[in-house]
This record gives sequence, structure tokens and C-alpha cells, in this order.
Amino acid sequence: MSASIVYAILVTSLATFLSRFLGALTSEGIKETSKLFKWFNCLAYATLAALIARTIIFPAGILVEVSYSSRFIVVVLSLAVFFVSNKNFVYPTIFSAICMAIINNYI
Amino acid sequence: MINKNFFFKGYRSIFTHDSPAIALTCCFIAIGALFKNLGFNIKESIFSTVLTYALPGSLVMAESMLIGASLLNIFLAVWFVNARLYPMAVSLFPLMMHKSQPKWKYYFSCHFIAISAWLIMKSNYKKIPKEHRIDYWIGIGCATVSVSVIGTFIGFSFSEYLNKDMMMGLAILNPVYFLCMMVGASKNIPVTLSVLLGLILGPIIYLISPEWSILLAGVIGGTIAYLIGEYNVS
Repeated sequence: MSASIVYAILVTSLATFLSRFLGALTSEGIKETSKLFKWFNCLAYATLAALIARTIIFPAGILVEVSYSSRFIVVVLSLAVFFVSNKNFVYPTIFSAICMAIINNYI
Repeated sequence: MINKNFFFKGYRSIFTHDSPAIALTCCFIAIGALFKNLGFNIKESIFSTVLTYALPGSLVMAESMLIGASLLNIFLAVWFVNARLYPMAVSLFPLMMHKSQPKWKYYFSCHFIAISAWLIMKSNYKKIPKEHRIDYWIGIGCATVSVSVIGTFIGFSFSEYLNKDMMMGLAILNPVYFLCMMVGASKNIPVTLSVLLGLILGPIIYLISPEWSILLAGVIGGTIAYLIGEYNVS
């Protein structure tokens, strides 16, 4: 293995593990019924939602090459499939990939 | 040690009808292909998936390596992007803490914190006795990491067959899957508001401060949602 790649992987995993480990360490004194726990729960959901919204609206990587309107249409239609399929997670996920390919090639 | 019954119960959660296996595999197929294009070999690709096990962090590493960033820059960029893992850990581990369980299990299994495993655990923890939740969690974590490794392997091995359309399809799968999971998890006022405010504030704050957008949106949106939830209760 190339040394520079291995160092990059190790540094990345260390930076990632740090947040996880600090979270596990500090959660020792927190009760699941406490206000602090409830607040952190809200923070976690809001942070994840913000990350997802950013990935769709301001993506990195290959999604940059897809127009805003195409991404918007795919997400809205996939959410519609999610509700129509009685909140099944797999159908809208597969649908989104197929829909993206169709919109990109034919519309 | 680890209770096998609950471990395998957690492991099997990846095979349910609404499992994240397909979305996770597809995402890591894209990561595997990206690693190959970056010049990684198969060992390095799998090593990275197992050790990092966080998609945004892996993407940041890849982007940083492309522009020749230093190790310190990579560390800071990844730490920033993955800071969301801290509130995720704090909002999950108190649900699994039990006196009878050794601490090493918690310290070891915090590595499995990622959106998919976290959301599976959040929607299932009430069905598991508190004493065994950590074993169930380790099962979920091992299952999701296994799927990620398989995805990385497939992506690395078949990268030359993945055209642009396929890569775009793989890239949209991940946010759509997690968006559906978040909408599905919105069953009470604080969580529903947190998700809505996060979705709205994330992109707005990005326009002002791209680096801080996720954390700020999380803190502002989460705090407003918490306060409204508390006000509603009282």
C-alpha cells in the first residue's frame, strides 16, 4: 500500500472516530429522560436533515452535473412513491436512480 | 461477552423489507469506483471503508487528495464534516447504557455510528431489552459495515463499466433513501420540526457559510424544535 494513501486513510478515520468516541464518552452521564438528551436528539435530526438537504441542493461530485430542476423532480417524485408505497424505503430509493437516468437522458 | 441472539437479531435487520442494504451498497459502489479512479488499490479501498465508515468523510478525503491537501487539512476538513456524529452518538448511547455491560463495548461500537445504522437503531430500540441493546447495536453495525465493504469491492472491481448515468443514479440514491427514512422517523413534534428546520436551514445557511452550514443548521433548527416541543408539553 502506498504510504501517502495509508496516512490519508488513517487521518480520515481518526478525525471521524474522534466525534464518535467523544459522543460515546460524554453520553455516559446523560439519562435518556433528561432534557439534555432530548435536545441532543433534536440536534441530531436537524443536523442530518441539513446534511441531506445540502447533498441534494449543493451536491459534491457527479450530482453537480445534474440540473437543479432534475434533482428537484427526482426527489419530489421519489417522496410521492414513498407515501404511495405505504412508507416503504426500498421502492422510492430504486425509483430515484431509474428516474434520474430517464430525466437525464430523455428530458 | 456479546449475546449472540441479540447480535444476530441486529445483524438480520439488514435483510428486512425496508432495509438500507440496497442504498448503502449503491453508495459504496460509487465510493469504490471513486477510490479506484483516485489510484487506490483494492486493499486500500476496503481499509478506508472499514476504518472510516462515513460517506461524507470519505468524499471529503477523496476531494482533498485530488487537490493535494496536507494531512492536517484532510484531518480538519473531515472532522468538520463528520462533527454531526457527535450529537448522533449523544442521542443514541444513553438508550443503550446498562450497568451490566462493559464499557469497551460502547467505546468499540461507537465506530458504527452512521446515518443508516443510527436510524435503524432509533426505530427499533424499544423492542429490545435495555440490557441487550448494545449487542443488538453491534449486530446492526457489523451488518452495515459488511454491506459497505461488499459495495466498495463491487464498485472497485466494476468501475470501468459504470458510466456517467449510472454514477448519477447511484449518487441520488443515498440522499433520497435517507430523506425517506427521516420523513418516516418524524412521528412527534420535536423530531418532525427538527427535520423540517434542518432541511430548510441547511441550504440557506450554506449560502452564507458553506463550512458551518450543517452544524449551524443543526444547532439552530434542533434548538428551536426542542424549545417548541418542551413548550407544547408544558
